[in-house]
Amino acid sequence: MIAEKLKRSPLRGHASQFAAASDALGDRLAIRELAFLSQVDLRADPGDVAVMERLRAGLGLALPQIPNTTSSGGDRSALWLGPDEWLVTGPEDQQELIEGALRSALSDAPGAVTDVSANRTVVELRGPLARDVLATGCPVDLHPRVFGPGRCAQTLLGKAQVIVQLAEPTPAFWVYVRSSFAGYVADWVLDAVAGEMAVKPDR
Amino acid sequence: MLIPCPWCGDREDAEFKYGGAADVAYPKDPGSVDDQAWAGYLFFRPNPKGRFPERWYHAAGCRRWFNLVRDTATHEIVT
Repeated sequence: MIAEKLKRSPLRGHASQFAAASDALGDRLAIRELAFLSQVDLRADPGDVAVMERLRAGLGLALPQIPNTTSSGGDRSALWLGPDEWLVTGPEDQQELIEGALRSALSDAPGAVTDVSANRTVVELRGPLARDVLATGCPVDLHPRVFGPGRCAQTLLGKAQVIVQLAEPTPAFWVYVRSSFAGYVADWVLDAVAGEMAVKPDR
Repeated sequence: MLIPCPWCGDREDAEFKYGGAADVAYPKDPGSVDDQAWAGYLFFRPNPKGRFPERWYHAAGCRRWFNLVRDTATHEIVT
């Protein structure tokens, strides 16, 4: 299909720099892009118990009701984005499956289901240095006593709007960034780790 | 400066957009409002030194509008 031939991740050009930085940082930090994550935006009324139950059954996980938290079931996760809004994620090429499940669960109840998989890509920072690197440009307190397992936050990294999610096994962070800001955030991350590296990345 | 979002809790002010005075009521019958009263509704806002009810928008966060009361002289957030 043409769509598959045209499928390119926003950070494909940064892969070698991520690999070089990860090599230089050893087991302190690994940086990579998690491309093509399936992402579906869901709007629904959290007060409608019947709809919430249908969504839980259809998705295989209960939508998080506490602000800035996540829930997961199998290979799917749901991130709280607002009091009536969630981001449901899954592995590559599952967006139509997830969208269909959400649509049939929502039925005729008020709400919206939108495939936003191409909206954001994910930069993964994994390793004991990840928290310190993000903390240099993120105003949210990422200390484990505040930002522990099951937490996410919509905030700023540098000047870009991002969603930060604590990934398992810790310490690892997934940074969801809009495709058009991905290059900026990738450069920001590489710049932030440059001081930690014996050899600065060739830029 | 930390601003208390009712959903996300205390967040840095860089994440927010300012929305001006709160509680500006839309005229009940806009067709019957004369020009001066309409201009007052559109353009004239209180500008107190002291406590001021304001609209704020958590633009980089949960994207919800909310009200708070801020002291315009000290930036102390009262509610």
